[in-house]
Amino acid sequence: MNFQTTIGLEVHVELKTNSKIFSPSPVEFGDDPNANTNVIDWGYPGVLPTTNKGVVESGIKAALALHAEIEKHNHFDRKNYFYPDNPKAYQITQSDKPIAHDGWIEIEVDGEKKKIGIAEMHIEEDAGKNTHNPNGYSFVDLNRQGTPLIEIVSKPDIASPDEAYAYLEALRQRIQFTGVSDVKMEEGSMRVDVNISIRPYGSDKFGTKTELKNLNSFSYVRKGLAYEEKRQQQVLMSGGTIQQETRRFDEATGQTILMRVKEGSDDYRYFPEPDLPALSISDNWIHNIEEAMPEMPGKRRARYVSELGLKDYDAMVLTQTKEMSDFFDETVANGADAKMAANYLMGDVNAYLNDQQVDLQDTKLTPANLAAMIKMISDGTISTKIAKKVFKALTKGEEPVAWVKSKGLIQLSDPAQLQPIIKGIVDDNQQSVDDFKNGKDRAVGYLVGQVMKQTHGQANPKVVNELLMKELNNR
Amino acid sequence: MANEEKIDKAQVEHVASLAKLEFNDADLGKFTTQLADIMGLFNTLSEVDTTGVEPTFSVTDQFNTMREDMAVNSHEKDALIKNAPDTQDGYIRVPAIIDESEGAN
Repeated sequence: MNFQTTIGLEVHVELKTNSKIFSPSPVEFGDDPNANTNVIDWGYPGVLPTTNKGVVESGIKAALALHAEIEKHNHFDRKNYFYPDNPKAYQITQSDKPIAHDGWIEIEVDGEKKKIGIAEMHIEEDAGKNTHNPNGYSFVDLNRQGTPLIEIVSKPDIASPDEAYAYLEALRQRIQFTGVSDVKMEEGSMRVDVNISIRPYGSDKFGTKTELKNLNSFSYVRKGLAYEEKRQQQVLMSGGTIQQETRRFDEATGQTILMRVKEGSDDYRYFPEPDLPALSISDNWIHNIEEAMPEMPGKRRARYVSELGLKDYDAMVLTQTKEMSDFFDETVANGADAKMAANYLMGDVNAYLNDQQVDLQDTKLTPANLAAMIKMISDGTISTKIAKKVFKALTKGEEPVAWVKSKGLIQLSDPAQLQPIIKGIVDDNQQSVDDFKNGKDRAVGYLVGQVMKQTHGQANPKVVNELLMKELNNR
Repeated sequence: MANEEKIDKAQVEHVASLAKLEFNDADLGKFTTQLADIMGLFNTLSEVDTTGVEPTFSVTDQFNTMREDMAVNSHEKDALIKNAPDTQDGYIRVPAIIDESEGAN
């Protein structure tokens, strides 16, 4: 029997605001436990939460990036459950009227493009953090309590683990370009819950789905789903039935392990949040946000090809992250040749980032300095060989023009200076001149090498070649 | 919501367990009657014809009461920690959580 797979993804993205969603406490990580909390975060009786305008704006930005319809009149709801990291015993979220619905993003798998629908996107608050301790206690830190989140729920359009992976990549990229979040799974600013079901081909009824937990990277999502897809097929093929359950992905073995069987649906007793007035989003507000939105990756990629003459692959690589794309744009704006800037970013800069395991924004590289170096290469001030040294200086924050001057690395291109050196070397190497006359081209390479040696690699190879050929032909 | 659902003991028990409450049989009977009476009032309300009336989510007529995204640290940690039932090293201390429950989101 052949099966078709249906995958659903729920993605939580932490918004990079200054303050929390319903209280003015700072959104900061790594501080002392409970340092960034106040009476609202602790859920004290009688406090009045107030919605952070920045969160609503971020929500609108994300909705626009996902081509979603914005719900003009939306409101918050309470989701009731007990857990120590949830001090109010309810989470303020959106259930009945989320801020956006019916969006889509485009993915690409093996060169095939496909639109994946987004059912809805809502804004909500994060919970605090529990640390489990073996001595019969758990510790609660409420610093994260009230950190704004958006949750993005996909439509049942994802048909394979590879598509799920591509969806996550595309989603992360688009959200990252809006600037509303860092969207880093390793730092917890992007979290993914997945569910998967299979059904015989042609059946119009979805199979029973299982949920997967503990997926800490995109590739674990893909591996976990692939394992689960196969497991479900084997169960059905051997006459068994899938039960609705939550499974944990084991990173060491690549398998999924049963955590618990779900009985009935969760009963969260949602009701409209009475402490927060509803939101009314005007066309004007949306329009203003749209105007100020950074250019999305697809548009940038197209622009790099059509206006700057880059190859589509290069344009795709440069638009993987907003940092890289912004850096490229600024380097070009600083007067660097676009193709050279692209080559440096994809070559030396990427190699440096991989080597140092850092992000571009955390280095001392600047678009102005990179552009200045590229301009020196373009106008012949330095050779690409010398540029390797200059690039190292750039990573230490040096300004290339001043640095090259101070190190005396300016390329020797002046014929008046090079001519006597070349003449001297030709005079000293009669054997090479004879070889040249006898048609041995290797002799030229040897002589160029001698010139470079004498000038400590600073002679402009192009000029040296020209002058040398002239000199040899005159003998 | 015009369905005239009768509240029975099992439902009251279910709602009580969601709220982490436990009742003896006598109380359960009492609350079942009381809740049934309250639901009766709602049934009366649902006799009103609300065709074409938008649902009310809030009794205030306010919209967009928002604050600007500015962080203010109130430096209340010490007072909050002092007021917590049990603490250790700046954390709130609670009995160990064995069930890896759903949590938020």
